Amino acid sequence: MSRHDRLGRSRARSAPPWSLGIPAALALIFLLLPLTALVLRAPWAAMPRLLSEPTVRDALRLSLFTASLATVVATVLGVPLAWVLARIEFPGRSLARALVILPLVLPPVVGGVALLLALGRRGVVGGLLYDWTGWSLPFSTAGVVVAETFVAMPFLVVTVEGALRGFDQRYEEAGAMLGAGRLTVLRRVTLPMLAPSLAAGAVLCFARALGEFGATITFAGNAPGRTQTMPLAVYLALEDDPDAAIALSLVLLVVCVGVLLLLRERWLRRDLLG
Amino acid sequence: MLVARVEVSRGSLSLLVELAAAAGQVVVLLGPNGAGKSTTLRALAGLTPLTAGRIALDGQVLDDVGAGVFVPPERRPIGLVHQDPLLFPHLSVRDNVAFGVRARGADRAQARRVADGWLERMRLSELATVRPSALSGGQAQQVALARALAAGPHLLLLDEPLAALDVSTRSVVRTQLREHLTSFGGPSVLVTHDPLDALVLADQLVVVEAGRVVQAGPPSEVARQPHTDFVARLVGLNLYRGTCDSTGTVQLDGGGVLHAVASSAGAGPALVALRPGAVALHSSRPEGSPRNVWSGTVAGLELLGDRVRVAVEGSPSVLADVTAAAVADLGLRTGLGVWLSVKANDLEVYRSAPAPR
Repeated sequence: MSRHDRLGRSRARSAPPWSLGIPAALALIFLLLPLTALVLRAPWAAMPRLLSEPTVRDALRLSLFTASLATVVATVLGVPLAWVLARIEFPGRSLARALVILPLVLPPVVGGVALLLALGRRGVVGGLLYDWTGWSLPFSTAGVVVAETFVAMPFLVVTVEGALRGFDQRYEEAGAMLGAGRLTVLRRVTLPMLAPSLAAGAVLCFARALGEFGATITFAGNAPGRTQTMPLAVYLALEDDPDAAIALSLVLLVVCVGVLLLLRERWLRRDLLG
Repeated sequence: MLVARVEVSRGSLSLLVELAAAAGQVVVLLGPNGAGKSTTLRALAGLTPLTAGRIALDGQVLDDVGAGVFVPPERRPIGLVHQDPLLFPHLSVRDNVAFGVRARGADRAQARRVADGWLERMRLSELATVRPSALSGGQAQQVALARALAAGPHLLLLDEPLAALDVSTRSVVRTQLREHLTSFGGPSVLVTHDPLDALVLADQLVVVEAGRVVQAGPPSEVARQPHTDFVARLVGLNLYRGTCDSTGTVQLDGGGVLHAVASSAGAGPALVALRPGAVALHSSRPEGSPRNVWSGTVAGLELLGDRVRVAVEGSPSVLADVTAAAVADLGLRTGLGVWLSVKANDLEVYRSAPAPR
């Protein structure tokens, strides 16, 4: 806006034409209305009682724990994958890229079914695992983490890969010319310089993991305290205790807004929030 | 001592440059944009693979396509300073300078001590804790040089190190760069397209055009006896090709005759260089001593500081520098017929180098 002013344009020029302004306003209202309704209808008086119930506390704790762990796993595995996709030319690279994006567009329930077939007790790999160790992933907390990682990792990989491809590689060359090998350059130059994108990818990944429903319920089930995460608890509560569902939804909303606010000032402004 | 034969063929680029630089010597690669200067540096650094050739530094082979030797960039004892300083934005000035020391095995405290030493030596100590984003262009380039030198390279490569600086900073940094290159002790290779950089910094000047070395020699020689139109233009001389006879008369390939003092160049193909300031303009045919007198038509006028450069078309065509007063006295304007005169001993006649292979 200030640029327009400096160019001497009239203030009226910065107002959008009606044909764009009205749909834009509608879109904004459409996005904000449900959240407003949630806040308006929240049973504020009953909140302390609802939130102190053990099932709620367990679900919240489990959700934060599994989503954090899923983010860590996605980072540890996803950053190297992003690096390979961005930096190494190999046959089938574009196919690999498409596969990475697939979980983004795949219905999560389908992801859950696929995970069962791969890692379930009778699954392609899970069967072997069960025969050898007597241990199986589905319907365990570890299974929740696996389901969340499967669904959420692409957010991190896509964000970091995009950042790596846009990265000015002359900085990496400068590191190499100072005697740093490729791993040292990655650790001391590339990743620190990409910290904003890494954080953005991790936040997207965490938020997606926190909200994961379809793959989790399919692959890990709905055992309170073990695999019942917040979204599952919300859905179940909606049947017999709508107030509890609203309270849980509010908690999720607060957690998400909190994460955004926490990171916004430091990292996200440039990469995510424009 | 650097001895290199760099051959790179890639797409439309065909590069063949042979270089030698002794310890303490600054070799400047000068040439137009796209001539292959930067690619030559990148090849020396190991950042661009050679198609053929060999690079040896202090007797150690870094690259030899025939023998299958290739030392990766991070294990070459070579420092590279780029046109953009490329300082790591997340590290302080001190940690930037310490980066190469650490990467070559020193611990953090040791690396910082070395870095502080370099910062002091380059009078940058007060900037040690500053982030690169807070530095001026000249300071950033100095820090980049300190960072490269602190890593203890045996060869220093500089790719247009002054090109990104504004004019006033440039001359200051150029002078300091000259000092640091002198005290560095190893060979340096510097790329530039600025003739002033080249003349001030070079011990040895290598002119590259279209991927080939067209002239090499001490800057004083290159500046006085350019071999190509590009070099002549850079150093501001008129250059003619022709055939010289034993009396010093040169038949020019482009038409016209110039009479020089009978030269040591002997008879045969020769080049003639002529300073624009040595050309005198007259409104009528001059009487008297000048050996060379011919006529032409003014094709253009351009103000250069306190002189006016006059382009005159004739046989031969010539650029002449005259005073503003002379322009007024002669009433010079485009299309005007003028007489030109040049003294025989203002013509530099020399043999052209054998055609580059």
